[in-house]
Amino acid sequence: MAVTSRGVARVVPLAPAVVLLALFMLGPVVWSFYGSFTNAALTGPAALSPEWIGFDNYAALVGDPDFPKSLWLTVVFVFLSAVVGQNVMGILLAGLLRSAVKPVRSIASTVVVAAWVLPEIVAAFAAYAFFHSEGTLNTLLGGIGITGPDWLYSTPMLAVILANIWRGTAFSMMVYSAALAEVPPELTEAAQLDGANGLQRLTWVTLPVIRRSISTNLMLTTLQTLSVFTLIYVMTGGGPGTDSSTLPILAYQEAFKFAQVGYGTAIATVMIIVGGIFSVIYIRALRPEVD
Amino acid sequence: MTDTLTRPAAPARSGLGTLAAPRGTATKVAANVVLLVIALCFVLPMAWVLVASFDAEATLSFGLPDAVTTANFAAIMTPELTWLPLWNAFVLSAGSGAITVVVAVLAAYPLSRYRMRFGKYFLYSVLFGTCLPITAIMVPVYALFVQLNLLDSLPGTIFFMAATSLPMAIWMTKNFMDSVPISLEEAAWTEGASAMQALRRVVLPLMRPGIAVVFIFVFVQAWGNFFVPFVLLLSPEKQPAAVSIFAFFGQYGSVAYGQLAAYSLLYAVPVLGLYVLVTRISGSAFALAGAVKG
Repeated sequence: MAVTSRGVARVVPLAPAVVLLALFMLGPVVWSFYGSFTNAALTGPAALSPEWIGFDNYAALVGDPDFPKSLWLTVVFVFLSAVVGQNVMGILLAGLLRSAVKPVRSIASTVVVAAWVLPEIVAAFAAYAFFHSEGTLNTLLGGIGITGPDWLYSTPMLAVILANIWRGTAFSMMVYSAALAEVPPELTEAAQLDGANGLQRLTWVTLPVIRRSISTNLMLTTLQTLSVFTLIYVMTGGGPGTDSSTLPILAYQEAFKFAQVGYGTAIATVMIIVGGIFSVIYIRALRPEVD
Repeated sequence: MTDTLTRPAAPARSGLGTLAAPRGTATKVAANVVLLVIALCFVLPMAWVLVASFDAEATLSFGLPDAVTTANFAAIMTPELTWLPLWNAFVLSAGSGAITVVVAVLAAYPLSRYRMRFGKYFLYSVLFGTCLPITAIMVPVYALFVQLNLLDSLPGTIFFMAATSLPMAIWMTKNFMDSVPISLEEAAWTEGASAMQALRRVVLPLMRPGIAVVFIFVFVQAWGNFFVPFVLLLSPEKQPAAVSIFAFFGQYGSVAYGQLAAYSLLYAVPVLGLYVLVTRISGSAFALAGAVKG
């Protein structure tokens, strides 16, 4: 009896956290799975008492040409801006920072981190102005005699991918800076004595040593990029048409612009499942730290 | 490796070469030059915000103003346009920051101090929560808020934002708490203090910098959050700066670029200040990412 009451007293402080997480995190996830099987709408009778319609929303998803397109755009966006862009830029910057003189190092890291610290809506305005047809990029191109296109209209995916690299590289740079600082210098020196050139040392010594940081960082940047909304919404609004509508934008538009909450929820459920799969892989990689 | 890099190949390669072992001065010079070029690319979009806000005839392009003015700031500094949204942003951020810190400290204490059978599973769920893309759940959250009659409610939004930052906050707080030696509490216990008294009198004072970092982390996230208040708060007089600045962009953005930039700057400055404060407290510019790394 004494053991039980002590056990209860120990878990009481966890209660507020459990209630908040259950209501506002688990609740919406459960609701998302349930809502995706209903015809919930923003207004009208279906808003008050949504009806169970089974797999109709998912059938509509598969039949809707916008959904596969949006799924593909999301994959392209995540792969090019996070997996390739932010990671390669991050590790490149981390490496360069190590061999730079102090003033250059502080200038470069401050500037890169500033783009990451800015509130997302301000970063989005800045990127919008930069890529606008009358923006900074085209002014620069005009300076060397090139008439730049309307980036946001003719190549919207390229614009949002570059903007997201600009916005998010700081995170990877910081993770890799910390990782590189922990690579024992004896390892690379030994490889150098054995006659390995810079590229060989990077491929066979440095990268294998920091592989855990690489996998962690790949997972985190993927999850962060999967949920990017504001940057794309402000820059292109998902357009022209649906040419830059990644899944978060599509879910928002279906739910609030076209008032199909049930349909939007089905898209949200797909995102939750994709995010969940990535999270499980990530947590398995981190396992030793919890146990 | 260099073939896959997006930057000019030759300097990048020599730069990465030094990553393994520093070589001649030519390599170092190249690394510095490449860094400065990258820094220039990164600073250009941000520089527009700064320059346009002081430009009497601002355009969308970066360019030195013919006439420097503070008229853009004067034009937007009205109660309904700026001060009320900034105040709302402060209430949202400080409110969710305070709730998150209190709840996270309470939850972190048993997780850090006792060996519990389910503690591990709880931590796994928390870790899972840190990964959940919040954007993905906003449509169901909206539906849930309609059912709970919480739509357009400032307290409802505050509690939701507190809940979404809670997993990361619990994770960070537990790590900070783990580094406070347990022997000090044991002394308090032998003098008859309860666990909660030991937490308040012994542990909390020792982890004050850690708590400050968690609070600022949550505050900065909430201050910059656009999507959550955009979906959950409908009346303009309740909306924080992130949302009203977007409304301003929609209404006047195509004409009053200078004012848009001035508003953006005014709204971004507190966050930049707080970030500098965090780096001072934790002694490293990379504090937030370090905390994120766990």
